[in-house]
Amino acid sequence: MSTRPSQGEAVQSQLLNRFDLTARLLSRLTRDEAVIGGIGNTNFDLWAAGRRPQNFYMLGSMGLAFPIALGVALAQPRRRVVAIEGDGSLLMQLGCLATIAERCPANLTLLVMDNASYQITGSQPTATHYGADLVAIAKGCGLADSFWAHATEAYEGLLETALSSDRPHLIAARIDKSPGQGSTDRDPSWIRDSFMRGLGTRQ
Amino acid sequence: MSRWYDVIVDVLKRNQIRLVTYVPDKVLTPLIKAIEADGYFTVFAVAREEEAVGIVCGSWMGGLRGIVLMQTSGFATLGNVLASLAVPYQIPLLMIVSERGTLGEFNQGQALVCRTMRPLLTSLGIETHTLSRSDELDFTADRTISQAIATQAPAALILSPLLTHAKRQELQ
Ligand SMILES: Cc1ncc(C[n+]2csc(CCOP(=O)(O)OP(=O)(O)O)c2C)c(N)n1
Repeated sequence: MSTRPSQGEAVQSQLLNRFDLTARLLSRLTRDEAVIGGIGNTNFDLWAAGRRPQNFYMLGSMGLAFPIALGVALAQPRRRVVAIEGDGSLLMQLGCLATIAERCPANLTLLVMDNASYQITGSQPTATHYGADLVAIAKGCGLADSFWAHATEAYEGLLETALSSDRPHLIAARIDKSPGQGSTDRDPSWIRDSFMRGLGTRQ
Repeated sequence: MSRWYDVIVDVLKRNQIRLVTYVPDKVLTPLIKAIEADGYFTVFAVAREEEAVGIVCGSWMGGLRGIVLMQTSGFATLGNVLASLAVPYQIPLLMIVSERGTLGEFNQGQALVCRTMRPLLTSLGIETHTLSRSDELDFTADRTISQAIATQAPAALILSPLLTHAKRQELQ
């Protein structure tokens, strides 16, 4: 199956690929932007797409990639902050979308990799498989600039807008079932220390 | 004598804790009001305590010091984020927990959840101090915060009814 029905949207999504989308994000980054990868495949692909000291890799705390990114964005308003989260993880912490909408950080971009499953634990279906629409949910939480990237070109265009906007953007993509391409180092204090050096908060 | 929440505001400012996130609680209300009234702070409510921990851990790494205010029942939702983020990543997550469930509790659920708090903190080795006396409040809160930052370890300050209850306020 190469496509599945898109919910609440007239356009049928082409299934994109998480590693490709992540690599495309990284190739656009120019100004030491911070990137936070959520649990499992999102941080595996972030790791595989190219290590940078401004990347933060979450090894647990399922659902907290967006809140962590909000914290970084509030601390460093002049730095662009991007967070990448899976659909299962976001479903666990939907309330954070309302918090982000209320704070409205100009420098925050949220990416959702929706494979309609908890892929890393055995590909059990998530609620998005049955129709929950994370972009509609984000809009309902007050994040007006929330979009489905229906194809690669659209994703690139949305990213370009998001990374130069003065409002938080959420870009979601329906992705295929390819596994994560890498395996993140499992040393949390090293990850934190390296990230802080990347952000200039530690010399 | 200073009111407990004014002392805490003072201690937070002395330690440059500018970001305050919370899920409210009746006891915390005067503290939240005092923080809101002071332009030094960025303060907002979140949907879940876990989310607040994520935000404050992120802000710490970005160079902005923060704290999470919550009730005992909210603390009970934090086992996973403490064990998988704050503790292993060595982030000095600061928490103020208003203690419900003891010294005259009427709600069984609150009384039970309260009993899980100190064992959880102990099992994760998190430095914890209970604030029950006004004469020790400034010293204990200030030192707990500065130690957490210096040692890069989370810390919890528990607000006992002995400090915050209206009946005790009259005595102080
Ligand atoms: C609180 C909590 N519950 C469950 C798990 C187990 N778990 C780890 S990753 C994961 C699935 C994540 O799903 P999603 O965010 O959609 O990412 P995907 O695996 O599809 O890439 C689950 C359930 C966990 N680590 N923490």
